[in-house]
Amino acid sequence: MPQRILVVGATSAIAHAVSRRFAAAHASIVLVGRRAEALEANASDLRVRGAADVRVALLDARDLPRHAEVIADAFAAFGGFDAALVAWGVLPDQAASERSAEIAVAAFDTNARSVIALLTDLANRFESQGQGAIAVLSSPAGDRGRASNYVYGAAKAAVTVFASGLRNRLHTKGVRVLTIEPGFVDTPMTASFKKGPLWARPERVAEDIVRALDHGFGVVYTPWFWRWIMAIIRLVPERVFVRLKL
Amino acid sequence: MRPVSSWGRLSRDLHEVVDLDEAGSAGKRIAESRQPGLPFGNGRSYGDVCLNAGGILWATRGLDRFLAFDDRTGVIECEAGVTLKEVIDVALPRGWFPAVTPGTQWVTVGGAVANDVHGKNHHRNGCFGDHVESLTLLRTDGSRIVCGPGLEPEWFRATVGGLGLTGLVLAARFRLRPVAGPWIECERHAFQSLEQFFALSDASIQEWEYTVSWIDCGSLREGEPRGIFFAGNHVGSGEEAPTRPSRRVPFTPPMPLVNRLSMRAFNALYYRVNRAGPERSTKHYQPFFYPLDTLLEWNRLYGPRGFYQFQCVVPTANQEAAVRELLQAIAGSGQGSFLSVLKTFGARPAAGMLSFPMAGTTLALDFPNLGPTTLALLQRLCAIVDAADGRVYPAKDAFMPAGLLLHGYPEWQDFSHFRDPGISSQMSRRLVGH
Repeated sequence: MPQRILVVGATSAIAHAVSRRFAAAHASIVLVGRRAEALEANASDLRVRGAADVRVALLDARDLPRHAEVIADAFAAFGGFDAALVAWGVLPDQAASERSAEIAVAAFDTNARSVIALLTDLANRFESQGQGAIAVLSSPAGDRGRASNYVYGAAKAAVTVFASGLRNRLHTKGVRVLTIEPGFVDTPMTASFKKGPLWARPERVAEDIVRALDHGFGVVYTPWFWRWIMAIIRLVPERVFVRLKL
Repeated sequence: MRPVSSWGRLSRDLHEVVDLDEAGSAGKRIAESRQPGLPFGNGRSYGDVCLNAGGILWATRGLDRFLAFDDRTGVIECEAGVTLKEVIDVALPRGWFPAVTPGTQWVTVGGAVANDVHGKNHHRNGCFGDHVESLTLLRTDGSRIVCGPGLEPEWFRATVGGLGLTGLVLAARFRLRPVAGPWIECERHAFQSLEQFFALSDASIQEWEYTVSWIDCGSLREGEPRGIFFAGNHVGSGEEAPTRPSRRVPFTPPMPLVNRLSMRAFNALYYRVNRAGPERSTKHYQPFFYPLDTLLEWNRLYGPRGFYQFQCVVPTANQEAAVRELLQAIAGSGQGSFLSVLKTFGARPAAGMLSFPMAGTTLALDFPNLGPTTLALLQRLCAIVDAADGRVYPAKDAFMPAGLLLHGYPEWQDFSHFRDPGISSQMSRRLVGH
C-alpha cells in the first residue's frame, strides 16, 4: 500500500473517499485544492480516521504559473510520493457552453489544459524518483463525443490520450500511469441528475482507484461494467450514432 | 422528488431531498430551499418523526467528517451525518466506545442527539445526550448556535431529544467511554413471570452495565409472560470478531412473513434455545448490541404495508400493573411481536426537555401493519400508558394521540418556544398542527 500520497482536487467526493482509504492505512497525505475551509475540514477528518500526517496546500488549477511552486513544496513535505491522484475537474453546463465560446474554452482549460500542465510536472518528478503511481480521473465521456456533454468529453479525451502517452513513456522508468474512467457516480457534481441502477457510490469507485494505485495497470473503468458499455458505444457506426440520444 | 420511507415503511411519500455535503455551505443550501423542511439522517427512526411528505428533507449523511478525536480523554467531535458505526470503527481500536448505543449502529450522530437515544445501559449511563459536551445548531435563518450543558443550556435542553425541530445539528462533541476491547461478558436467565423479571432486574443493576429482556409474546395468553433476561459487561478478552458477512433481504415479500404462526413458532424456539444455552458466555460487541444489523433491510420482512413500533415507558410506581395490563391487552388482541423487549430505566434525569426515558420500565414491540385492527390495539395501549402517567417514544411513534404527547411530555409548551419556524415534520403536524 502506498504510504505517501498526493491528492490534487482533494475536495471532490471521489478524491476524499480515496483519501479516507489511505488514511485508514495510516498514510501521509498532502491535499491540494482551491477552497481552504473545505480542505481543512477534510484534513481533520483524515487525521481522526488514522492518517499519519496530513498537509494542505491551496492551488487554483487554472493558475498554471503557481503549479510548480505548490507541487515542489508538496514533494518536499514527505520527501516524495508513492502515489498521486489528479482529481480536479468541473462539469460545465453543456447548454451554456454551446452558446458561449468563452464558457466552452474555460471548461476545457480547467478539465484538460491545467491537468496536462500538472501531469507534465508530476511525470518528471516521478520519473526522477524512479517509482510510484500516478492516477488521473478521466471519463468515459471522453471515449466518444455525445450531444449531451461533448464539451466535457472533449477535455476528458485529451486527458485520456495524454495519460496514454505518459504511461507509454514512463513504463520503463518504474512509474505506473493509470487512467481512471468512472461511470455515473453519485456525488455533489452530479446532484441534479436523475439516478438509476448504473449509478455508483464514490466509496465504490474509490476502492477501485486505491487498488489501481496499489498494483493496477492501464485504463481502469469503474465500476468494471463501463468497460463493456463503452466498448459497445465505440463500435456503433457513426451513421447510427448521430441519430442516438445518449 | 423521490419516495422516502422511515424504518417502519408505513408510507412512501414523495420528498424533495437536498443532500448536504459540506458544513460550510449547509446554511446557504438551507436558505435556498423551500421551507418548512426537516433534517434527515440515516432514516432509522420508525414512524413519522423523520418525514415531511411533499416537502424538503435536508439529508445530513454527506456531513460525515470527523473534526477531532483525543484518544487520551475519549472526547470526539464530528459532523452530524457520521454514523455510530463509523465512530466505533475509529474509536474502538484506540480503546474507546460510545457511552450509550441504541440497538443499531446505523444511526447518525445527529439522529442520536435529536432523539436522545438510549441503550441497554440506561440505568448506568443515561442517554446519548448525557455525554454530549457541545452541539453546533444551524437555524434556517442562517444563524448558528453553539450550545452545551454549560453554554446556552436552554438551547441544549431543547435540541437534545428535540426531534430535529429546533434547527439542524451540524456537529457534536461528545465523550466516549474506555473499553479494553470489543468483547462483552454476558449472562442470561430465563424467567417465568413479571415478578421474576423485576427481581432479576433489581438484582443485576449494580453488577451489570447492560441489561435487557426479551419476552415471549406467545406465552402471554397463558397468564404470566416468560422470557430471557440478558446482562453484559465490557471485558478485556474473548472470541474473535464474527466473520459472517452481512446479508440483505433482497426484496419486499408481497405479504408480511411476520404473521401469527411464524411469530409463535419463532418465539417458542427462541425461548427454548436461550433457556437451554449456557448461562455465561463472552460475545463480540456486534451480536450483543446489534443482532439485527447483519441482516440488512430486515424491515422488508414485514411486507409492503410496513409495521408499527410501539415503545413506551411507565413510571416505577405503576410499572408492574401497567406492564401487566399492556401485555394482557396485546394477548387479548391476538396480535403479537417478534421482538418484544422489556427493560428497567434508571432514575437519572434526562438532558433534554423531550427526552423519552424516565425512572420506570420500558416495553418495546413491533406489530405488522394489519390496518384498523393494529391501530385499535395501539390506541388501547396508548390509553393504558396515559392512565399510568407514562409516555411513548417519538423516535418510534406513528400513532400516539396529541393528549398523550402533552401529558407524557409536560415540557412541550416550553420546548415550542425553541422551535425553528422553518422546520416542520409529519409528526409535529400530526400532533400539534404545525
